[in-house]
Amino acid sequence: MSTQIPKQTEKTEETAAETESEVPSKGDERRAEKRRRADERRRQREAEEAEKAAADENTVELRVFRYDPDVEGKQEPRFDTFHVPFTKGMTVLDALMYARDTYDSSLTFRHSCRQAVCGSDAMFVNGGQKLACKTQIDELEEPIRVEPLPHAEVTKDLVVDMEHFYDQMEAVEPYFQTNEYPDGELEEQRQSRENREKIKMSTRCIWCSACMSSCNIAAGDNEYLGPAAINKAYRFAMDEREGEDVKQKRLEIIEQEHGVWRCQTQFSCTEVCPKDIPLTEHIQELKREAVKNNLKFW
Amino acid sequence: MYEHDVVVVGAGGAGLRAAIAAQEEGADVAIVSKLHPVRSHTGAAEGGINAALRDADSWEDHAYDTMKGSDYLGDAPAVEALCKESPEEVIQLEHWGMPFSREDDGRVSQRPFGGLSFPRTTYAGAETGHQMLHTMYEQVVKRGITVYDEWHVMDLVVTDEDDPADRTCHGVVAYDIQRGEVDGFRANGGVILATGGMGQVFDHTTNAVANTGDGVAMAYRAGVPMEDMEFIQFHPTTLPSTGVLISEGVRGEGGILYNSEGERFMFEHGYANNDGELASRDVVSRAELTEVNEGRGIEDEYVHLDMRHLGEERILDRLENILHLAEDFEGADGLTEPMPVKPGQHYAMGGIETNEHGETVIEGLYAAGECACASVHGANRLGGNALPELIVFGKRAGHHAAGREMGEAEIPTGRTGDWEPAEYEFEVDVGAVGGRGPAAADGGAVTADAEGLLEAAIERARERVEDLLARKGRNHAEIRSKVQETMTANVNVFREEEGLKRSLEDLREAREAYTEVAVSDPSRTFNTDLIHTMETRNILDIAEALAMGALARREFRGAHWRKERQERDDENWLKHTLVSWNDGEPELWYKPAILEGEAKTYEPKVRSY
Repeated sequence: MSTQIPKQTEKTEETAAETESEVPSKGDERRAEKRRRADERRRQREAEEAEKAAADENTVELRVFRYDPDVEGKQEPRFDTFHVPFTKGMTVLDALMYARDTYDSSLTFRHSCRQAVCGSDAMFVNGGQKLACKTQIDELEEPIRVEPLPHAEVTKDLVVDMEHFYDQMEAVEPYFQTNEYPDGELEEQRQSRENREKIKMSTRCIWCSACMSSCNIAAGDNEYLGPAAINKAYRFAMDEREGEDVKQKRLEIIEQEHGVWRCQTQFSCTEVCPKDIPLTEHIQELKREAVKNNLKFW
Repeated sequence: MYEHDVVVVGAGGAGLRAAIAAQEEGADVAIVSKLHPVRSHTGAAEGGINAALRDADSWEDHAYDTMKGSDYLGDAPAVEALCKESPEEVIQLEHWGMPFSREDDGRVSQRPFGGLSFPRTTYAGAETGHQMLHTMYEQVVKRGITVYDEWHVMDLVVTDEDDPADRTCHGVVAYDIQRGEVDGFRANGGVILATGGMGQVFDHTTNAVANTGDGVAMAYRAGVPMEDMEFIQFHPTTLPSTGVLISEGVRGEGGILYNSEGERFMFEHGYANNDGELASRDVVSRAELTEVNEGRGIEDEYVHLDMRHLGEERILDRLENILHLAEDFEGADGLTEPMPVKPGQHYAMGGIETNEHGETVIEGLYAAGECACASVHGANRLGGNALPELIVFGKRAGHHAAGREMGEAEIPTGRTGDWEPAEYEFEVDVGAVGGRGPAAADGGAVTADAEGLLEAAIERARERVEDLLARKGRNHAEIRSKVQETMTANVNVFREEEGLKRSLEDLREAREAYTEVAVSDPSRTFNTDLIHTMETRNILDIAEALAMGALARREFRGAHWRKERQERDDENWLKHTLVSWNDGEPELWYKPAILEGEAKTYEPKVRSY
């Protein structure tokens, strides 16, 4: 994805002119008119904001990636600049919401919980994968560049297509399996504190896909399971409640051609994980388990 | 058009559990949700799941605590179902692999929570909801249940008989957010609404941005009454700048609240001489605000929650997530300093009127979870009782919609039995701008078959989308923030007549402004401007019903406090408030709370902690 900020003003005028030269339907005309007005509003807004920003030092400058396959003038990716008044504790998500609700309601990004648990708002902020809701503005250098996650198809603005990520997550039989339950009525399976502690970090994954986006191997091998899915496999393989036979099956899954052995321990996934999951360590541990397991059959 | 036996709207705890139950019963089930399931706000629940698991505990004690906590506005058949079935549901989750916190002997841990007579709150650190949500989604994946994610359900497809009790629900109409298309989902067995909370009605809330009460509003417009909407829980410990929740688990583990003078005010100012910080949530929230209002707040806004004395080891073991939240969203280090907290909107006790099977008054329409009101929480929900509600009533609704025989429900729905009309005169116009509109389904044809109804509804929804995209007008965001501002100013923890009336006037203005709303993003791809604009309509309907209930109920019960009458009035108000849309002219009415349980009657007592 381009990181150059194109000069946009001339461009939108051109496209608007092109549309006019065809024989337009009523709907086309209306839409074209709407677009022209939108462009005009945007230019006006950017000018006003810049003026206000100059008068008031306490604003932050965001440069936000824009793209929409549906809307003329946005089909060519571009960056829009927003000036947002800074408030204490402001996060990148707060700033984006302010920009959307105040300046441009078409600015599009996923978000929901605002507290780093729904995993909707992973983005590329100043060149790193971050959750927008837990990234403080005052820790970033300005202007702040906000882009969609790299190595994923962009749907619109900051929204990327998550299907591939979900497919990988679901490829590792991501559900608890056991052949034995306790006999008693209302009786839980026992699990030691140590074992619960062992899997604890791996169960914290919020499926944000920051790790997958940061991974060079995943970028080059579309079939690679990726750090999040392998971590999911780890979460079950290490859970003592599942039993040896199930673990055997799990190791076979992660040992496949596009499984753990692809990982080159670059630690990029571990660095970007917003829940501090030691992803690389988990992958390494599964490699060791797989080796031990294979030696067993010698 | 899609077709399934059971269509579940929403994919949080209640929706996922309902889908699993319906599938177990043999139904072809689909989930339609505006978010991917793992994004649901169940994932933000921290504290735990109440369940009477141990020999020294009993479901009867859990039911007693819940009824007392509800300030005697819970309905006993629903409360008892919750408490009886929660243990088996918790064990079910454990058998599905949920990573609960454990004791030395390997059994599931339990901790004390506010308003409980026994430490019966099972938990997974301070991230119980996250673990529960993911565990259930894993089961949905395992079973291959169809999920239509990022589809925003716009309306229910319901027949248009005059009396809502004669209507039938045949499906839903939804907008595919990714592709920008409207389509229909026909449900031959039933539609289960599990759309969660409505916190976006307020501006300081622990709820997600997506919690706009969509299911409640669409059921309301289709003819199902909203029940007990005035009962909103304000959680006593939310972070001041964002509303992010700090779990009750902190106080459960021994966390202490201090005012600006360093006083442990829950005891020193006599708010709860026995239970102190672990009094019921409404009690603690009012205490905090009283401290602030009387000048003993910090920065005139909040109080301190201190957990340092618990020690690093215990905090890391049981409350680690709290350290991250306080650090990331408030810049406070819970290990070395007290955390600033203040009350914030957290939970809606009220919602879609249902019986204990999750059925509404409309045939084939169910609701479960926070969007529903069975009612298990009455006037105030106890901490740790929301998650079991999701799984117990999600399961019940799923089974019933899939055809399981569950016997006659004891809780009546609609205007049957001892209902009474409200005498209250609202001085402000409420309801649809321009007065009464056509009946719920608005189909033209009086009795169409299900297929015809769906097609007509799809067409109407398409027209609505086209209209919103084509017209010029106001941005929904300004209308939404006006609603949030007036609700937070006037329908908050402390409520008085004048402010409540003002809120209804402001809401009227907002409703009028909404007639001029328009979407400026012309895109068919991921148009969140369009989605938010439709959500704002839902927020308006809910806010209005909430303010109406709050104005009419002139007493102090549970979370609802009225300046004009600061005591509980059992003689006149041991009853539920219901608001019916009535095709655009809302009507307020009442029905009695059911205090007769299976083996005993819950006699109202003074609620002291």
